[in-house]
Amino acid sequence: MKQDSTKRYEKLREVMGNGDIDRRSFMGLLGAAGLVAGVGGGIMTTLSRQALAAGTELHFEGWGGIVSEALRKNAFDPYEAKTGNSVIDATFGGEEEVLTKLKAAGSIDGHNIIHSSGIAWYKRWVDNGYASEINEKNIPNMANVMEAVLKPFRAVTPDHLSAAPYDYGTTGIAYNTKYVSEADAKAMGANLLLNKELKGKIGGWGGDWANRAWYGALQSGQDPNDITDWDAVWDKVREHRGLILKYWSSGAELMDLLAKEEIYVTEAWSGRVAALQAQGHPIGYFDPKNGLAWMETMFVLKGSPMAEAEELLNFMLAPETSIAVAEGQKYPPALDPSKVEMTDMVKGLPAFDPTGKLDGLVFRDPVKWNEVEKDQKKMWNRVKKGA
Amino acid sequence: MAKATAFDPRPWYLLSPALLAIAFLVIAPICFILVYSFYINVDLGVDEVAFQFGNWQDLLTDSYYHNAIWKTFRMAVIVTVLAAFLGYIPAYFIAHTNFRRKWLLLLLLILPFWVSFIIRTMSWIHIMGNQGAINGVLIWLGLTDEPISMMYNEFAVIVGFIHVFLPYMILNVYVSLEGIDRNLEPAARTLGCTPWQAFREVTLPLSLPGLAAGSLLVFVLTAGSYVTPIILGGPNDFLFGNLIYDAVVSELNWPMGATLSFTLLFLLGIVVVIYSRFMGLNQLYKALS
Repeated sequence: MKQDSTKRYEKLREVMGNGDIDRRSFMGLLGAAGLVAGVGGGIMTTLSRQALAAGTELHFEGWGGIVSEALRKNAFDPYEAKTGNSVIDATFGGEEEVLTKLKAAGSIDGHNIIHSSGIAWYKRWVDNGYASEINEKNIPNMANVMEAVLKPFRAVTPDHLSAAPYDYGTTGIAYNTKYVSEADAKAMGANLLLNKELKGKIGGWGGDWANRAWYGALQSGQDPNDITDWDAVWDKVREHRGLILKYWSSGAELMDLLAKEEIYVTEAWSGRVAALQAQGHPIGYFDPKNGLAWMETMFVLKGSPMAEAEELLNFMLAPETSIAVAEGQKYPPALDPSKVEMTDMVKGLPAFDPTGKLDGLVFRDPVKWNEVEKDQKKMWNRVKKGA
Repeated sequence: MAKATAFDPRPWYLLSPALLAIAFLVIAPICFILVYSFYINVDLGVDEVAFQFGNWQDLLTDSYYHNAIWKTFRMAVIVTVLAAFLGYIPAYFIAHTNFRRKWLLLLLLILPFWVSFIIRTMSWIHIMGNQGAINGVLIWLGLTDEPISMMYNEFAVIVGFIHVFLPYMILNVYVSLEGIDRNLEPAARTLGCTPWQAFREVTLPLSLPGLAAGSLLVFVLTAGSYVTPIILGGPNDFLFGNLIYDAVVSELNWPMGATLSFTLLFLLGIVVVIYSRFMGLNQLYKALS
């Protein structure tokens, strides 16, 4: 048993959010889960912890929902069966949350591998002293990773890597095709999020100041990687705030809001939209000009059992595993398509770059964005609350 | 000349484990929070040891924080008043029912605590959402063609709070009602009171300590919350706790987070002191035990 009660509840909630279960079954299962947790939860948790003590435990924290499901099914379960080690996976609310916990605890107990987002966070983990030193000789599958993805991380830590790049995607704009036509959506671009006719049916990601500012920059006609007028950016963010129903805070919530037609338009993560489309929901998606792209790594925290962590990363980067995970989570893998043959499904994923050079995608410039983060993040938290 | 009573240390020996626990688990952490509020946050997650009042100055001069305090206390009052009205009725019913298995009713009251607070809060999305149970019934009955928007606003947040905190109110009122002599109300009736007068003049005043204790708990729990507005609220629905979350988790500014945390603790402490001054804390002990 690898999940605690909270994790089981999260999964139940996400299955409901993703539309894989009807409301009546959800309520029935909820009641049963409560009963089971109340009567037997404590005993079972104790027993399962004792059972887990046999192999090495690796604690993984990620984005939850279909991403966690894809990793569990295609990477963690086969890895556990092959090695006898255990991967205990959990969902975080964001990497800030993990960093806060680590700082408060003063140790990495219960935290080993983070599904980390982008170079900015890679640099933050390094700057805060959590950078492990990966021995790439133990990860032969790293040779298949795109050089374009590895290069920015090597620039931060030239002597070693602390993470294995794993996937990439875009944060574009999702819209319900029942209410917004493809032609209108693409014609309006980033300004679709400011369409007054859709007031109360627009959403936005509340979890990342830079994401909001990126779109504020696009809407105010600025280069997101060279913002000169921050007041104009926040004015656009305020305008957007006045039109939205809700700032969503997780991928599962994003999918729930779109699937249940609580919102018709929002910026969205490409993989989550692809998952909604695969479920048959009438959701369109496009990346506006200079739309935001990002890459994710499996960051290993300093002090983790390195041999087992490297073994896991090598297992995860194996083409068959990496492609299976990509098909499950709907984000293209970091493997180079010129070295590894991708499946048709992967080739059809949003943001997939067949060249392996990622030239067509615009990523955050960590130098530009990190230097203003302290002040602008504070600003975002205020604007978000109506200031 | 009266002889001074000799100091007897034995009660202190007996109390010392509890006093030590309180000192280490309550007082020391609060002191840490207070000390941290004087530090300087120089960068994200990087704090410098200092003794300065910059964070406190920000708190006292910035209307952003004052607005959040006002919103928090306003929401806490609304939830407390509604919970008092909604909680009194079931408490009265349980206290006065002739149902022999009264324990079963009390068990039903605490049954929701077996399910995670967050899941209970999220369940409202499936009840009041566009494709939720209420809209499903309304559309099925032909009362509306389009789903009625009920989620992600202040109303949804209030519903979420009342759902979660109502049992605290009911239990406190129930304990108070249970302690009232059953003969008092009939006695008032024999002296000419109408049923409503008997309730208003006898039962209600005697149950006020329980009502006040329940109100205190609901008020403090509501004012200290931050998850419910995140799940059920819209962009305008936030409490002071959300500002603390932003400072500590999002901005990694622990000194400011400590300042805000201590402020909330202080303000809620004042509420408890005022309650204690007028009502005493005995009723709370009774209900919680």
